Amino acid sequence: MILMKKGAEADLYLDDFAQVLYPLGKGKVVVKHRISKRYRVPQLDSQLRESRTALEARLFADAKAAGVPTPAVYEIDRVGMKIVMEFIEGKQVKIILDRLTPKERRGLCQLIGRQIARLHKAGMVHGDLTTSNMILTREGKVFFVDFGLGEYNPSLEARGVDLHLLKRALQSIHFRITDEAYRAVLAGYRREFGKGASEVIERAEEIERRGRYIPKEERTWH
Amino acid sequence: MLFGINVLCLGIEGTAHTFGVGIVDSRGKILSNVSKVYVPPKGGIHPRDAAQFHATNAKPALDEALRQAKVKLNDIDLIAFSAGPGLGPCLRTAATAARALSAWLRVPILGVNHCIAHVEIGRLTEGAEDPVTLYVSGGNTQVIAFDAGRYRVFGETLDIPVGNCLDVFAREVGLPHPGGPQVERLARGGKNYIPLPYVVKGMDLSFSGLMTEAVRKRRAGADLRDLCFSLQETAFAALVEVTERAVAHTEKKEVMLTGGVAANRRLREMLKLMAKEHKAKFYVPPFKLCQDNGSMIGWTGILAYKHGVRYKLKDTVVRQRWRTDEVDVPWRRGQ
Repeated sequence: MILMKKGAEADLYLDDFAQVLYPLGKGKVVVKHRISKRYRVPQLDSQLRESRTALEARLFADAKAAGVPTPAVYEIDRVGMKIVMEFIEGKQVKIILDRLTPKERRGLCQLIGRQIARLHKAGMVHGDLTTSNMILTREGKVFFVDFGLGEYNPSLEARGVDLHLLKRALQSIHFRITDEAYRAVLAGYRREFGKGASEVIERAEEIERRGRYIPKEERTWH
Repeated sequence: MLFGINVLCLGIEGTAHTFGVGIVDSRGKILSNVSKVYVPPKGGIHPRDAAQFHATNAKPALDEALRQAKVKLNDIDLIAFSAGPGLGPCLRTAATAARALSAWLRVPILGVNHCIAHVEIGRLTEGAEDPVTLYVSGGNTQVIAFDAGRYRVFGETLDIPVGNCLDVFAREVGLPHPGGPQVERLARGGKNYIPLPYVVKGMDLSFSGLMTEAVRKRRAGADLRDLCFSLQETAFAALVEVTERAVAHTEKKEVMLTGGVAANRRLREMLKLMAKEHKAKFYVPPFKLCQDNGSMIGWTGILAYKHGVRYKLKDTVVRQRWRTDEVDVPWRRGQ
């Protein structure tokens, strides 16, 4: 590291990119290119790709600031619809969740719940909470690696949908352990979110009951 | 009922506006398929009125189905009915008809899940083996795929079904019933895409905001053709995106479209393009079998019966909220 400037409050150093960020020499990056879909009308296609690219990059940064591990973003190309970001070395939670011991699984799910709560408290929702979007690193951090459907939305409804989505993902992918995993997620969520967590959890339950061919007059009771 | 002998099953459908009777044999031949469709005089479907319609039409539909199939009531070996999900009064009417027939003929009775029946009839007629199915109608919007012993819902609407979104929009802007085909016809003349709320949440969808905004834009003076075009493009792109995510996730090589909204040519075209990009085959059953019908109930009844599913009379209670992934599907065991 070469000292470039000694300032009043901070020092500035010049160093090699990979040396600082990847001292182990694994300076791999992920390029996320949003491809055009021929089935969509062109205006909608470019509108979706552009807005999702820009928004995702902002969410990565803000989530990290809120204490949720996310990959570092190195470049945002709004014309080429590309994000260049850090490659996170680790294991997909989707692959390992069923294989963990119940105790390990509880710990991991509680951590996931806490991170979701941090996101929510910072005014964000993830929009696609599934275990295939989560990477567990060797240090035990859980990285949320895909914010493509996330948004800035502090509403109870958006938060409820977020939790409901995770439950749905657990039901479709981890159907053998859905209940214990979701319970642990909620426990972590409650602890981190604090006051108001119950309201979000209740909303998630209400959302689960909707959209199921239930006539309006029957929706309030049962 | 012995294996190897051809068995006739009479299927009764009655989850919403359609009362259907279909006669199917165990070789997979559809002998008849009769549907009586309740059309509300104005506004949406009222469950009690629809159920009354079903009760009135049960006998004529049954007679017609027997006549078409050229069989007698005594030839029927098995009764299957739509036990859910659906509107309570409609389900109960269909179940009552099924119980009465089963008791009169002294033949077994089986309850069938309506959503799964839609998938099974498509597998029968189209030869699809293991498709990701987009099932879209006025009452349901689901992406269904078989995984680990069950039909699982990979995506669904969080609020209103897409068919309902199109119908209510049509009604609100003064188009005649049925709304879906009217919107499709006008959409063909639309040229300008008007941005509308596009809502995909993970694998799930939402159409209520889209519908409200489309109605609002019309009242603010937007061209109706452009609006119909934009409404379809937005809603269908979301449907296709969610189906695509299920295809990518499950790595299946077949895509099927069914339900009343399967009539829409633009939706077919979009799904076909998506399937092609994933090198998947694309299937749409004949439209009579995409809509709610008795044959799909009959065929699924045969599959279930052949694989040991049995119902006692007390099991024949209807299940308004019967989830697709709650259903045991022994006929696909080992897949």
